[in-house]
Amino acid sequence: MQDLLYFSQQLINGLTIGSAYALIAIGYTMVYGIIGMINFAHGEIYMIGAYTALIAITGLATLGIAWLPVILIVALVCAMIVSSAMGWAVERVAYRPVRGRHRLIPLISAIGMSIFLQNYVHLAQGSRNIGFPALIEGSFQFGSEGAFAMSLSYMQITIFVTTLICMTALSLFISRSRTGRACRAVSQDLGMANLLGIDTNRIISATFVIGAALAAVAGLLLGMYYGSIDPLFGFIAGLKAFTAAVLGGIGSIPGAMLGGLILGVSESMTSGYLSGEYKDVVSFGLLILILLFKPTGLLGKPEVEKI
Amino acid sequence: MAAQNLKHALFCAVITLIISYPILGFNLEAEGINIILNGAETSTIVMVFLAAVVVFLFQLFRENIMATLKSIPTPLPQANKEPMAENKRARIESWVLTAIVVLALFWPFFVSRGSVDLATLVLIYIMLALGLNVVVGLAGLLDLGYVAFYAVGAYTFALLSEYFGISFWMSLPLGALLAALFGLVLGFPVLRLRGDYLAIVTLGFGEIIRILLNNWTSLTGGPNGIGGIPEPTLFGMEFGRRVKEEGNTSFHETFGIAYSGEDKVIFLYLISLVLAVFTALVIRRFMRMPVGRAWEALREDEIAARSLGLNRTAVKLTAFTIGAFFAGFAGTVFASKQGFISPESFVFLESAIILAIVVLGGMGSQLGVILAAIAVTILPELAREFSEYRMLIFGAAMVLMMVWRPQGLMPMRRIHIELKKQE
Amino acid sequence: MLEVQNLSMRFGGLLAVDQVSLDVQEHEIVSIIGPNGAGKTTVFNCMSGFYKPTGGKILFEGGEVQGKPDHKISRLGMVRTFQHVRLFSQMTVVENLLVAQHRHLNTNLIAGLLKTPDYRKREQKSLDRAAYWLERVGLLDLANREAGNLAYGQQRRLEIARCMVTEPKLLMLDEPAAGLNPAETKELNRLIVSLKEDYNVSVVLIEHDMSLVMDISDRINVINQGRPLACGTPDEIRQNDDVIKAYLGEA
Repeated sequence: MQDLLYFSQQLINGLTIGSAYALIAIGYTMVYGIIGMINFAHGEIYMIGAYTALIAITGLATLGIAWLPVILIVALVCAMIVSSAMGWAVERVAYRPVRGRHRLIPLISAIGMSIFLQNYVHLAQGSRNIGFPALIEGSFQFGSEGAFAMSLSYMQITIFVTTLICMTALSLFISRSRTGRACRAVSQDLGMANLLGIDTNRIISATFVIGAALAAVAGLLLGMYYGSIDPLFGFIAGLKAFTAAVLGGIGSIPGAMLGGLILGVSESMTSGYLSGEYKDVVSFGLLILILLFKPTGLLGKPEVEKI
Repeated sequence: MAAQNLKHALFCAVITLIISYPILGFNLEAEGINIILNGAETSTIVMVFLAAVVVFLFQLFRENIMATLKSIPTPLPQANKEPMAENKRARIESWVLTAIVVLALFWPFFVSRGSVDLATLVLIYIMLALGLNVVVGLAGLLDLGYVAFYAVGAYTFALLSEYFGISFWMSLPLGALLAALFGLVLGFPVLRLRGDYLAIVTLGFGEIIRILLNNWTSLTGGPNGIGGIPEPTLFGMEFGRRVKEEGNTSFHETFGIAYSGEDKVIFLYLISLVLAVFTALVIRRFMRMPVGRAWEALREDEIAARSLGLNRTAVKLTAFTIGAFFAGFAGTVFASKQGFISPESFVFLESAIILAIVVLGGMGSQLGVILAAIAVTILPELAREFSEYRMLIFGAAMVLMMVWRPQGLMPMRRIHIELKKQE
Repeated sequence: MLEVQNLSMRFGGLLAVDQVSLDVQEHEIVSIIGPNGAGKTTVFNCMSGFYKPTGGKILFEGGEVQGKPDHKISRLGMVRTFQHVRLFSQMTVVENLLVAQHRHLNTNLIAGLLKTPDYRKREQKSLDRAAYWLERVGLLDLANREAGNLAYGQQRRLEIARCMVTEPKLLMLDEPAAGLNPAETKELNRLIVSLKEDYNVSVVLIEHDMSLVMDISDRINVINQGRPLACGTPDEIRQNDDVIKAYLGEA
């Protein structure tokens, strides 16, 4: 019973983190699906979302507003707006001019952008990590009769539910809306979509904006969940999310969700049963293994080399 | 058209405000357990609005500005000139390089200890960048975990000297070979991956090495690192005030000169110089050899190269291994120079800096990479107040280079093999 | 020397090549013709090892080669050109030919660093061979130019020369006449025949230029929609009803 509770606890922790990874992974997977590049700066967009949310929360507190729903919604909206604007600007400045050149050129540009944004926040907000208030407190406890009590916090439920809502909204958007249809067309064949009169530049911008907005949601959620943020925390999270995207099959949105969950669970199991220090080793190891043995991921489509 | 332009310019200005005002305009500060929000200084706010205005004006008159920019003749002198004759250029280049090396040999005796120390660091970066240049510039493989091989070299020396008392000179080849071995073992499975996947895998590998160094406390000392790494000796002569190792003599006593702390700094500098020159020469030679041509062919058109019987894994592996080898070299020198190493020195940012040097200098171009290494290491030291902006500027420079001049400041000039006319 | 048996290649739901068989004897020029999209290049891609065929066998000099890595197939002596010329365009003409001789060179790094006699000897030999073939295809004067700066017809000839310096037994040419003017095509015609006659190389040819195909082929294989349609000498093919129908039907 104890073991089962402990295991379930790890599972819950893993699924929580994993669903947040999935939110970030959407940004990687959509951009890759459409223009075939790794948006290396996406982790920084997420970090900026978290900072903006924190600034909004603190600002509201200074103004004396204490009603939780207002705080959360304002923080969420602010973070989404700033991150989306950032995503748009990054694409415009660093990626659009190099689109279509040799594969490594956009990637190096993206790495430069990532370093730039990291230091931009570092210079503006300092390098120390800064506390993030846990606005949603409390939890359900299970099996508290023994030494180990499994807890499912309201925060974890919030993360789950929010992710679910975002994913559903995104799926509906992609499958139903005009822009979503255009997105699918562009990801199938950019040149053809262009010929058919789709404004591909607009669609690509839209992809970056959507990805950034979802990353901002993840920024707010994980900021609250971890309880502190710093300018570097986007980097590792970005790598993890990228791993999730590759794991699920890059370019596939359900794949990002699946990959995020698998990654989150394997990480928390490593922390729970092995050691927290090695959880990053496990996720990077997983990334390397997937790329080596199944580079198309779990739900990705195989690519045929064109000669 | 004008109305649309105005709309677009306004939009860009608003975006500029949105992405800069919240982050720059407010400062989060911890006060006890609470966090408070302070407004930034007025000057910052003014700058933010000024930036928005600049963006607005630029976007509004974008076409005119671009047209004006195009009409200005390029400031680069080579752009319009006829390229020099092949052999003439090669001769001038080798004269310049020789002159630089000769100058570098005598220079440390006339400057301060701090400058020599910095110059040693520059040389280490030159070695690293030349090595990475083989991988990225010549073979076209983006390696984002290059610093891992640097770490292998440094830790090999540190551990060998700590546990077995092995000297710098023994460790130098060992560290380089071990780093090369790591390159070989890692490279073998991953080099068949496509370019951008390879980049991510090497990044993951670099992080794994760092995490292991950080956590394998019993061996590596974890985050505390390893100290007391010895300096190189000259034919058994030590450069310290007192001889540490039995059987060694001390440099200043042997030559009957007064002890000076500078001797050892200069000695280390000279070793680094010799090693850097060695690195440059060896790689230069590789470029003219079959292996160099194979790297280039594979970078230009992998499918054609394979169709001609080039084994893609083997060819890429040589580049990867050679790059790792020189990183191991640099790592050993670095460990000896610092006397202390910890995982802090081998973070991803370090890989990014080395990559930035290669990219700025011009992928594939040795002279460009050397100049970029000098600039990137020395500029932040020259302007201290500017040094906290160093990484910000690096990042921006990488983006700008990719957008405007992906071939780098000094693009690679190929060393052609000439077919001589047969009489 | 080459025997392709029931070769099939499937991409997901699309069967691009379906049960194609062909054989090439020594000292023979065999053509593969068929409408666009018939799967001719896919057959080449399977033969040269870029694709792993999903069915069938490819025997070269009696040994199975299907699914072998491309560079190994090339080293056995089956070398190809590409429909869209693939030169190393930033390298010079002669360097293109040196790369192709990679396996004949001393690639030992230490030997190269020390410039051992063996290394020099082989390097010189490969330069001589390159010079010979450049003369043969009329590009000797352009040896030190960048390959990307050559005219289209010259690039085509360089690509063939680049194959020949590897000393192949079987040469696979993918639409070598595409984009050439009539004079150049005639020259190509002579070159291909001379490769067979003077250098004892067998040739598999994919080509749309019927006059060239009919002129130099010993035998012709017709493929339509991934399936073999007919096989025979140029005269037989000219009179084959199925072939006429396929071509006229397409037109």
